[in-house]
Amino acid sequence: MSWRAITEGLAEYYRAPYRQAMAREARDRDDLFRLLVLSEALGIPNPAAPYTLELMPLVWDDFHDWHRRMGMPHSPLDHIRCC
Amino acid sequence: MNSLVLIAVGLLGILSGWFFYSRFIAARIYQLDAQFRTPAHEFRDGVDFVPTNRYVLWGHHFTSVAGAAPIVGPAIAVIWGWGPAFLWVVLGTIFFAGVHDMGALWASVRNRGQSIGGLSEKLLGSRARWMFMLIMFLVLLMVNAAFATVITNLLIQFPTAVIPVWGAIVVAIGIGQLLYRAQVGLLWPTIIGVGLLYGLILLGNAVPVALPAEIFGLSDRVVWVLLLFLYAGIASTLPVWMLLQPRDYINGIQLFVALGIIYAAALLSAPTVVVPFINDQVPAGTPPIAPLLFVTIACGAISGFHGLVSSGTSSKQLDRETDARLVGYGGAVGEGMLALAAIVCATAGFATLADWQAVYTNFGAGSVGAFVTGGANIVSQGLGIPAGLAATILTVTAALFAGTTMDTGVRLQRYVIQETGAITGIAALKNGTLATLLAIGFCLAIAFGAASDGTGGMVIWPLFGTSNQLLASLTLLMVTVILARLGRPVVFTLVPLVLVLTMAIYALLLQIGTFLGDQNWTLAIMALFILGAAIMVGISAVTALRQTGFSLLAHRHPAE
Repeated sequence: MSWRAITEGLAEYYRAPYRQAMAREARDRDDLFRLLVLSEALGIPNPAAPYTLELMPLVWDDFHDWHRRMGMPHSPLDHIRCC
Repeated sequence: MNSLVLIAVGLLGILSGWFFYSRFIAARIYQLDAQFRTPAHEFRDGVDFVPTNRYVLWGHHFTSVAGAAPIVGPAIAVIWGWGPAFLWVVLGTIFFAGVHDMGALWASVRNRGQSIGGLSEKLLGSRARWMFMLIMFLVLLMVNAAFATVITNLLIQFPTAVIPVWGAIVVAIGIGQLLYRAQVGLLWPTIIGVGLLYGLILLGNAVPVALPAEIFGLSDRVVWVLLLFLYAGIASTLPVWMLLQPRDYINGIQLFVALGIIYAAALLSAPTVVVPFINDQVPAGTPPIAPLLFVTIACGAISGFHGLVSSGTSSKQLDRETDARLVGYGGAVGEGMLALAAIVCATAGFATLADWQAVYTNFGAGSVGAFVTGGANIVSQGLGIPAGLAATILTVTAALFAGTTMDTGVRLQRYVIQETGAITGIAALKNGTLATLLAIGFCLAIAFGAASDGTGGMVIWPLFGTSNQLLASLTLLMVTVILARLGRPVVFTLVPLVLVLTMAIYALLLQIGTFLGDQNWTLAIMALFILGAAIMVGISAVTALRQTGFSLLAHRHPAE
């Protein structure tokens, strides 16, 4: 067994039990970020909209998962037709 | 008798169970299928459902279920002689715990990775779900109170462990910072962390720390209990990467090291078991062996807590369904081996029967202290480590595990309170800080309600056993119902279910009588609650069995 395999095994052993808690936390933060970026499109006034507009391509990849997680079976936005 | 015989027969039995019985149960009864798409793959989301290497998952499952309980229970139960404890641990691991743990995993995997709580609602109705939550809450409550007592007793009895036990927190925080901030690989932090821990053990061994007998009018026991709950409250609210994650990791590594040390020392020194097979001179006030043996040794033989871990987290990470045998049954095998080591330490670690009897002066007097004292003698003889240092190593192992279980237990209790708030719509209960304070308040009420010095944990230990075994019965009941609906043999889960349930209820009735006789209303009310919950679950089970139309096993294999 190589050192690399040992280190990778240890890393998985370290991460596995708390992976869920960490990922939940990261997902919650991402959701908040996504909401801020999409706020204007969703009808929530946002003074930073001109700046967040540039960030929109970054949130598209996970948009489908997000709106389903938020309890919306289909995309709430006309210009993003993911499903 | 030579302890090597005990170890050889015990390990042979447990390993035979692993090689033969678990294979039979996995192939014929649960019919584990390598082609079945597990929830970890079907619902893979990188959060809850992640396929995980089976050996890593086994390591976690084992260390999650093996807290201090498989040491405490057997170390107390040898008061009836080594035979009953040995037989219950070995046979319990083979025919009860392994089947139970693997069954909980299988039932959860075949039902979208739902927890036993969720399954109970689906199978037995919402009333059973509430009862399940109540029992779970009480089990956590008692575990926290009991482990606060265990650690307090250890810190007072072995002051050399004070520095390493509290110093381990600093080591864990350091590892967390190193990994999280500096993003370094794990190998060197692990080596350095374990090295530092053993350095602290050497330091602690040279500099014992004991609290003054009285501080602001409070005894040292009371102060330790309060400090431990203060720590658990803070630890459970800190971000997990900061303390809990590195602490669990170091503890896991430490458990494997300690198990290796104990077994190696026992094999090299081959100490004699000084305790008789059946002890017919038990101290006055010792409760009857049946049913108390079956609830005193819960973890190490069969434990409902394992079902929570199996269906709560392990089932969502199972890469292939056939891995349930290694993770579920293998986890029980690991815990059985720890319980066997505890029995050897508590029966063969004393020079004479009189020495042993001087420790076992009443029921509960042996406990972890006997494991540490006896184990230290064995390690000292086998590996040449000074007895004092060996005692510190074993104390640190037991105390760290109890500590980890405590802060995880408080965190889980907080979740239960918050979930209750969400279900009932009481917004205040959903607040994390208030939920933590409430959880700690309940624990303190038990710790000080059952004994004025805050060490009520050991008083209620058998009550923990009964509720834990009721939880195990619940899981076995659900697995049995599922097997019955599939038309498969149920005898392999039904027999353990009947025995465990009968013993748990019998023990509970005896305890209620004792608590009422002692006018201990806190424990009497708690025991009555548990009995009521058990009866409600039983009624729900009978009703469920008479009804049809459950949408169970929606993901069953096409061949079924």
